[in-house]
Amino acid sequence: MSPETKPILTVSRLVKRFGGFYALDGLSFHVVPGEILGLVGPNGSGKTTAINVISGLYAPDDGEVAFDGAQAGGIASHRLVHRGINRTFQVPKPFLSLTVRENIQVALAYGHAAGHAAATPPSMAELLDEYRLKEVADRPAADLNSAQQKMLDLTRALATRPRLLLLDELAAGLNPAELDWIAGRIKALAATGMAIIVVEHLMGFIEQITDRVIVLNAGKEIFEGTLATAVREPQVIEVFLGGEHAA
Amino acid sequence: MPDTSKHLLFILAPLVVVFAVLPGVYQNHLLLFNFVIFLILAQGVNIIYGFTGYLPFGYVGFFGAGAYGFAIMVMHLQTPAPLAVLVGGVVAVALGLLLTPLLRLSGAYFAIANLAASLAVLHFVANPALENITKGPYGVSLTGTFNPTDAYYAAIAVLALTLGGVVYLKNSAFGLALQAVREDAVSASMAGVNVVKMRVIAWLASALVAGLAGGIYAWYVSVFYPDNVFSSDFSIFAIVFALFGGVATIIGPIVGVLILYGIYNLIGFTTPQYFQLIYGLLIMGLVLFLPAGLVSLATRRGWNVP
Repeated sequence: MSPETKPILTVSRLVKRFGGFYALDGLSFHVVPGEILGLVGPNGSGKTTAINVISGLYAPDDGEVAFDGAQAGGIASHRLVHRGINRTFQVPKPFLSLTVRENIQVALAYGHAAGHAAATPPSMAELLDEYRLKEVADRPAADLNSAQQKMLDLTRALATRPRLLLLDELAAGLNPAELDWIAGRIKALAATGMAIIVVEHLMGFIEQITDRVIVLNAGKEIFEGTLATAVREPQVIEVFLGGEHAA
Repeated sequence: MPDTSKHLLFILAPLVVVFAVLPGVYQNHLLLFNFVIFLILAQGVNIIYGFTGYLPFGYVGFFGAGAYGFAIMVMHLQTPAPLAVLVGGVVAVALGLLLTPLLRLSGAYFAIANLAASLAVLHFVANPALENITKGPYGVSLTGTFNPTDAYYAAIAVLALTLGGVVYLKNSAFGLALQAVREDAVSASMAGVNVVKMRVIAWLASALVAGLAGGIYAWYVSVFYPDNVFSSDFSIFAIVFALFGGVATIIGPIVGVLILYGIYNLIGFTTPQYFQLIYGLLIMGLVLFLPAGLVSLATRRGWNVP
């Protein structure tokens, strides 16, 4: 990634409160097109909240989210989808009674704003084929196993042709062969210029695919850099393993 | 042949033709008229419940609003009946707009709030203080527009319109998006669907259908009281018929009305003393063994039901 590349997403001093609890407490970071950024941190550190705010599920209480140079905080999800942000969910949320094909059809039909004839959306056949859903295309999504539901969640997101993709624990629960395969797919997506933010607990997977990680603790970033450097940082070791492990 | 044309040709057209010729061979025209009204209302419930998941327990509110919209136009402005029916539809849509905040609720809470809203409309209309406008609890008499034959054919026209709408929902990306919203609103918005707009459109469409049906009902019976056109029987029957056949399909609610309303009248003619017993057992059996309706007998086997 060249240093002069302009960030597609800039998050500055983001705050999200739930009652008196600060889930995000001044979080700042950025992503550039084609980059895979890892968000790591202990449970409850604000990773999923960050994704929920960026994808429009929650409105931020303070701070800014800028996507493509324009304000994106507190804007309805479907509008952000039309502007090029999409995501997967930690627990996949397909339309259970609809078939796999119909699930993707909805996103293909509604994922673009009228008049935004930017990129041609991927075709149904491509998506079904590339994410191993061809065999089950005409079955209700409720019949899929959890790995297939995760892939369906991902294809639903990809059908809207996002420029920023947020993956919330996509790898959790996949077997090693599936992990390798999906890592390859994510890298291929980034190679097309898509910016990708990955929230993940599997450090091997993070190591394999990310260019850079942000380590979160208590809603703030405490480290930014490669995962290899992060694991030598005393503050990072402290939040993950406890104070006595930090040298 | 595309599915849309198939559904129009093999479901909508035969049904409309059969009900258009039946008055010539069957003498109980009131019964036929009631069948058509329930076919419309069951499809209206299908639009809002089958496609978006909101159970409209106060659906009759739109029906009554349509009936009174019709009555007020005829009584005070001497409007011709067909125009007054349209006004009935508009009144129901206006009521629907007023009630859109209810869509923030879900499940049983929506059903209860909707029931309460329909009762509120009933008591508003039946308020003696509004006697000059609605005739309050004393009922209206619209002898000037009395014309059951025309009203019957108007009902068939509205039935055709409603079925056409459901055929569209069943075969379009719009209908698919509505079902997506029903299944998971958050995922639907991440598929780019404007969830609020979709829900409001479906809600107003089902209100329009009930309002038109209510206006035609007023035209047909010409003399009625608030308790008649706001009777919760309309909501309950329409919901039970739609559920019995199976919602989110075109033929489910049709089958439900033809069978259940048929049985209802059969029992009523032959053994009225056992009516509630038989009907109650029938509905219990349905809820216990076929919660997804008769069509689920076919969908369970993997058959595609239009």
